[in-house]
Amino acid sequence: MLLRLEPRKSISRTYQYLSPVLALLLTLLAGLLVFLFMGHPPIKALHAFFIAPISHSYGVSELLVKASPLILIALGLAMGFRANVWNIGAEGQLVLGAIFGSILPIYFSDSSNPLMLPAMLLLGFIGGMLWAAIPAFLKIKFNTNEILTSLMLTYVAALILSLLVHGPWRDPGGFNFPESVIFPDAATLPVIWSGTRAHLGIVFVVIIALAVWWLLSRGLAGFKIRVFGEAPQAAQYAGFKQSSMIRFTLLLGGGLAGLAGVMEVAGPIGQLQPSVSPGYGFTAIIVAFLGRLHPVGIIFAGLILALSYLGGENIQIAMGLPKGIAGVFQGMLLFFLLGCDVLTRYRIRFFSEAGQST
Amino acid sequence: MNIEAYIPVLITVINAATPLLLAALGELVVEKSGVLNLGVEGMMLMGAVAGFAITIVTGSAILGLAAAICAGALMALIFGFLTLTLLSNQVATGLALTLFGVGLSALIGVNFVGTPVDALPKLVIPVLSDIPILGPLLFGHDALVYFSIAMVFVINYWLYKTRSGLKLRAVGESHEAAHALGHHVIRIRYMAVIFGGMMAGLAGAFLSLSYTPMWVENMSAGRGWIALALVVFASWKTGRVLLGAYLFGGITIMQLFLQGMGVNIPSQILSMLPYLVTILVLVLISRDSSKISSAAPASLGKIFHPTQ
Repeated sequence: MLLRLEPRKSISRTYQYLSPVLALLLTLLAGLLVFLFMGHPPIKALHAFFIAPISHSYGVSELLVKASPLILIALGLAMGFRANVWNIGAEGQLVLGAIFGSILPIYFSDSSNPLMLPAMLLLGFIGGMLWAAIPAFLKIKFNTNEILTSLMLTYVAALILSLLVHGPWRDPGGFNFPESVIFPDAATLPVIWSGTRAHLGIVFVVIIALAVWWLLSRGLAGFKIRVFGEAPQAAQYAGFKQSSMIRFTLLLGGGLAGLAGVMEVAGPIGQLQPSVSPGYGFTAIIVAFLGRLHPVGIIFAGLILALSYLGGENIQIAMGLPKGIAGVFQGMLLFFLLGCDVLTRYRIRFFSEAGQST
Repeated sequence: MNIEAYIPVLITVINAATPLLLAALGELVVEKSGVLNLGVEGMMLMGAVAGFAITIVTGSAILGLAAAICAGALMALIFGFLTLTLLSNQVATGLALTLFGVGLSALIGVNFVGTPVDALPKLVIPVLSDIPILGPLLFGHDALVYFSIAMVFVINYWLYKTRSGLKLRAVGESHEAAHALGHHVIRIRYMAVIFGGMMAGLAGAFLSLSYTPMWVENMSAGRGWIALALVVFASWKTGRVLLGAYLFGGITIMQLFLQGMGVNIPSQILSMLPYLVTILVLVLISRDSSKISSAAPASLGKIFHPTQ
């Protein structure tokens, strides 16, 4: 039996939506095998990973807390990916957002000015945007590959953060721990679900997702992005400038990642620490693809990937398995998704040895 | 200061350059075949953890190195299956490979953190190693250092002086034409991708068994990405990969050198140097876009689907 891929005339809508579901099922199946291979009861482990973390209301609130940065970053990345702009340095833009957003609460740590929080969010957005402006500028001006530059800047961002919390921004009363002061109340996102860490930022994320949806489906910018991704030559004939597309998607993506960063330090973390993200900027790449680069899909995908973080933590507590297993699940999910996506563009035909179609 | 005082510094440069050279040479062959594998970092980490774990478990560095090669090759095979057989996007798949490698290597290595290991044996040659200055500089490294340099010449010869090397380049320049001439585009690319994985695996093993003989999560610290940048820097030429790797090796250890000279700069700033220099170098190289596009394999990153 031989297998052959036959190109479809147009992209299959059905498989475009079916592919993530298939990928999730395959990931579960592979997870079953991984646990079996590691010598753990697979059903119990899968339960501890995927179901136990959200079987109580606090778990659900944590799911929202972890999903919101993922969704926010993925929304920005998706716009770039649609236009073939590969920003993979969102993790660094998130860190810069956290740093910029921390300026006010660190220098005015006894302030109770109600304008502090909005100003912080704005600064965080700007911080992420500036960091993304570097690869955008280099790409437009010198044709430099944005994948490599944005990624290199991620390492630089982490070092800047380390420099700050080990140096000038270290809390003088903090027993020499590399951490900033605890942010004042005026610099913290209000909790919207009492008894949990679910904060106002979650509401912002939903609003921003709707805005991006509107922008992509109705706005001229969204139209241009689509044309650039699907028919670059048509875009050029239409007089759309590639440089403005690169600038727009990278800056907006960076800004949203920066916003995610400041919402982490003003939300669940509450201060600036040497590490402000467990790799949200990278996981958001998976969220964007799993969500089909579509805002609504990204919300669902963000919740699923957030569950993988909770699952990793829970399985560490419940079964003593390493947390790193979350990363393996995330990577496998993207593999299966990319593999299943072949069905959106190609039909699979099986041929018997004699060459007859079956 | 006499020359001999610089010898230890130069030896550190060699050690810092070797993993970059191994990984970049592998990726060069992959890209020459027209495939862009952004998963070098992930393959390196898997090589590092596999090499380390097998060396600890079996006590044999040879088996460790073999395991690292296999781990890199297996990772590359996943990439190959997705991009070459299932025709997935190479950029996205490469990123997935790195994310997967970071996670899986952390999972495998969790029991090995903090375990000491004997570094790869140095090949000390009696008499020759004792020659002042040149002795310690040229002799007394481990086998991978010599292997990496030998590979520069082997790969260069193979690419430009053999039939199969010519085929590989043809596939990378125009897969349609190569296919029309009856060459097996997909098979040749599979072999190139697997070779790249083996080299990245070895580069990882050098990190965990020689450069810093231990396992730490994410220990490649972006070297896989720097290796990718090196291939661009080298304009896809083997000799310039060697030059670039040693240049970057030099920058990496500049931190130690400056601190040794008593320069009072925070270590974080010095640690930024390799990343900043990578960006700078990419800018300088990419500035002339016609130069890049004439040097890059013409089919780089493009999906090949034979339409019959």
